[in-house]
Amino acid sequence: MMNFAKNNFIWIILVAVFLVLPHVFSQSFALSLMTQMAIAMIFALSYNMLLGQVGLLSFGHAVYYGLGAFFTAHLINWIASGVIWMPISLVPIFGGLCGMFFGFIIGVITTRRPGTPFAMISLGIAEMVAASALMFTAFFGGEAGIDTNRTAGGPLMGVSLSSQIQVYYLVVSWCIFSIIGMYAITRTPLGRMANAVRDNPERAKFLGYNPTRVRWMSMTLAGFFAGLAGSLYIINYEIVTFETLGILESGRVVLMAFIGGIGHFWGPIIGAILVTFLQSALSNYTEAWLLYFGLLFLVIIMFSPGGIAGLIAKHEPVMRANLLGRLVPSYAVVAATGAAMLLGFVSIIEMIYHVESAISGREPMNLFGVIIDPSSSVNSWLVVLFLFVVGTTFFIKSTRIVGKAWEDLGPDLQSKGLL
Amino acid sequence: MITSAIKLSRVTKNFGQTEIIKGIDLEIRDGERHAIIGPNGAGKSTLFNLISGRFPVTSGSIELSGEDITEMDPQSINRKGLSRSFQITNIFPKMSVYENVRCAVLWGLGYKYSFWHRVDGLTDASERTEEIVELIGLKDLRARIAGVLTYAEQRALEIGVTIAGGARVILLDEPTAGMSLTERNDAVDLVRKVTEGKTLVMVEHDMSVVFGLADRISVLVYGQVIATGKPSEIQENSAVQEAYLGTEQK
Amino acid sequence: MLSSGLTLIFSMMGVLNFAHASFYMLGAYAAYQVGYFTGFWPALFLAPILVGAIGAVVERYGLRTVHKFGHVAELLFTFGLAYVIEEIVHLIWGRAPVDYRVPASLDFTIFTIFTTQYPAYRAFMMAISVSMLIGLYLMLTKTRIGLIVQASLTHPDMVEALGHNVPRVFMFVFAGGAALAGLAGVLGGNLFITEPGMAFAVGTIIFVVVVFGGMGSLPGAFVASLLIGTIQTFSVALDYSFVNLMHLVGLEITSESMFYGLSTITLSQLAPVLPYMLLVLMLIFRPSGLMGNRET
Repeated sequence: MMNFAKNNFIWIILVAVFLVLPHVFSQSFALSLMTQMAIAMIFALSYNMLLGQVGLLSFGHAVYYGLGAFFTAHLINWIASGVIWMPISLVPIFGGLCGMFFGFIIGVITTRRPGTPFAMISLGIAEMVAASALMFTAFFGGEAGIDTNRTAGGPLMGVSLSSQIQVYYLVVSWCIFSIIGMYAITRTPLGRMANAVRDNPERAKFLGYNPTRVRWMSMTLAGFFAGLAGSLYIINYEIVTFETLGILESGRVVLMAFIGGIGHFWGPIIGAILVTFLQSALSNYTEAWLLYFGLLFLVIIMFSPGGIAGLIAKHEPVMRANLLGRLVPSYAVVAATGAAMLLGFVSIIEMIYHVESAISGREPMNLFGVIIDPSSSVNSWLVVLFLFVVGTTFFIKSTRIVGKAWEDLGPDLQSKGLL
Repeated sequence: MITSAIKLSRVTKNFGQTEIIKGIDLEIRDGERHAIIGPNGAGKSTLFNLISGRFPVTSGSIELSGEDITEMDPQSINRKGLSRSFQITNIFPKMSVYENVRCAVLWGLGYKYSFWHRVDGLTDASERTEEIVELIGLKDLRARIAGVLTYAEQRALEIGVTIAGGARVILLDEPTAGMSLTERNDAVDLVRKVTEGKTLVMVEHDMSVVFGLADRISVLVYGQVIATGKPSEIQENSAVQEAYLGTEQK
Repeated sequence: MLSSGLTLIFSMMGVLNFAHASFYMLGAYAAYQVGYFTGFWPALFLAPILVGAIGAVVERYGLRTVHKFGHVAELLFTFGLAYVIEEIVHLIWGRAPVDYRVPASLDFTIFTIFTTQYPAYRAFMMAISVSMLIGLYLMLTKTRIGLIVQASLTHPDMVEALGHNVPRVFMFVFAGGAALAGLAGVLGGNLFITEPGMAFAVGTIIFVVVVFGGMGSLPGAFVASLLIGTIQTFSVALDYSFVNLMHLVGLEITSESMFYGLSTITLSQLAPVLPYMLLVLMLIFRPSGLMGNRET
């Protein structure tokens, strides 16, 4: 028993966190946010099965997600009208199988070549499916979409899905199942070969493996989990429109996976949490959230291609060597200057937005608790501009301090054999 | 009767207008160590690429243990029991030494595209991987990422990855190129060790390596085999001397 | 026109630019803004130069940093860039379309075919596009600059050794591609509509054109853009459906029939999907595209 607990430490923590969270954040807003996060986690992880594991950059992953959602919607409606019987809690399996089926079919065409051609083909197919969705109104419901009733199946073992907390626990159960499943797949021969094919498809050939086949199978499996996530989406929202399988949704999952970090299994989970959170939290405060978001994405691509998970992993050897303390002062400097830069930058953007907006443009605004009137006061512009310029100058200087701190750590890490 | 491991009949290869391989007939006997030598640009690496299925032949046929493999793709040829290394190190740079070797082990043990076996639970795969990692002398570096190994270590890993699948016929493309003297001696020992009881074909420039290892030698010049025979025969062969001295004169 | 810029960048640098349509949009907005002060004609020249300069900056400070992480990172970078440019456009010009019009001097009908009036502005657009394409083609194949550009792509080290600044060549190529897109924006923006969504609307279709024509092939992109343009125009005009077709051969499909919904879809409804269907078919049967020979 002790052994089991030790070996599966991280999973037990995961389950515990999922179970406890709704008691900590019990407001309905938080609950629905957490449900969305759990769905996004499955979706982002399934995307990373492609990008992170086999190196296939797809711009059409929402196709499987959306189709899973649409098929599930129809299935639930069938259940509601009594055509077939199936507990709603098990419906995600069906959505997963749909996603898997389409991953299999589309994979035949797309997985022949990796890299840029794959990215373009996936984009083309995504566009085609999205355009078709508007055509076949009988199935996709046109602009209005398809709505369902998740309680239609009646209760199963007391689970009727009539409250958000029940939906949360259902989604979370599937989420845990999926995370474990996807993690397990990375530890199988196929999962290992997926990495090999990502790194060097040619060499894999000379080891007896067909790289196209490996990609295709990964795509099929990724389709399964994306479809499953789609099913949970329809159970959560009870409505699905053509936008769910569109380019924007596909783009969102690219952002999640990349911001979180594609090189690590846990990366996309971090990304899913962060992106979902920013999306709902930031969009309440500012109109410019998409801009911040895009910039965050660019900064990560340019300076930390491993994403947030990559940044964390970089510190692991330092932590094991107990040298983390030596990085703290330099980080503090960067944090301070970075905050000044960000504050200035965000203020500028927000003030521009405020002035541009036709309704509120002439009125004072509340900027971080300070009431200012950007349309009449030149001083306020000068202040934030000054903040931004000075912040940026010192930020660039302070990044050098961090570089220096890392350099100083080098010999110590090497002597401990951790580099 | 001596059976042949690889048999090439009238193999040619053109790249555009240029004829690189001009009709090669070559027989590699089962269980021998065969070296292919020749000046730069003679087509040695191209020959390997043809045998292993990397490039299609223009004409002619190639047999592996009596079976026609001319039209097969690389993975099918590998499954028939032929494995090759590359002149320019060709491993999985982002994976650890251990993972590199294990990937090479998996197909040979029949796990194929399985996504229902837990890879760490496959004792036969782990044992074989350990064995090979030890054999190539990288046991202490098993967790190191392959991309950061030294050149000689990467070459050893390249050989390890090549033999790990358990192929009967091994093609090594310049296993000791660019090494120092001591590294080269280690590499020769390694090649000898890992090809015990197998058929080895290797391209090599270093004559001490060739004469130390090979049972037979073929000399390839301008896309043609001008001589095949035991090392002593090759040394005395007038055509070979002419070809080599001829190239050295310029 | 737009696709030729994309093809230029792709074939020359092996970088696929997702933000290309964004440069197109920037071109339209820049023309609007410059034209606001100076009138249409100076804007026609200034706006592409402006967009090209932006492109150069993006290459110098963005793409070059990402370059070492490989093609996928470059692709993702331009993808993120597209988001950011769209938002910046929101920020500066707002969400509503801006009033960017065809200049009065070109706003007349040049000739009439059947009952369709052919506006002079379209003819002007065609003339500029075609001359631009021919000029580009000649420059790339016939001049010294073109040779250096082509050589830089295939043998960057060698060209560098010969004393040319390869990164700078790349920067100019990228800027050139962006400027072309900008020019397309200047020309197209007033004919269609200049709004923040325009990049998204045109973005995917140029991808189809480029892949369809064969990645990296300039004439291929040109033929493909004509072909796809024609197909789309015609399929919109043809309002026939499967039901009509069956009617012609004497079969009636009634509304009770199971496939009624499917068979009433007319060709014009299919129009938006057609290019993508063509694309997928093309990729199945001839993955290198119409005139492509570049393997990536």
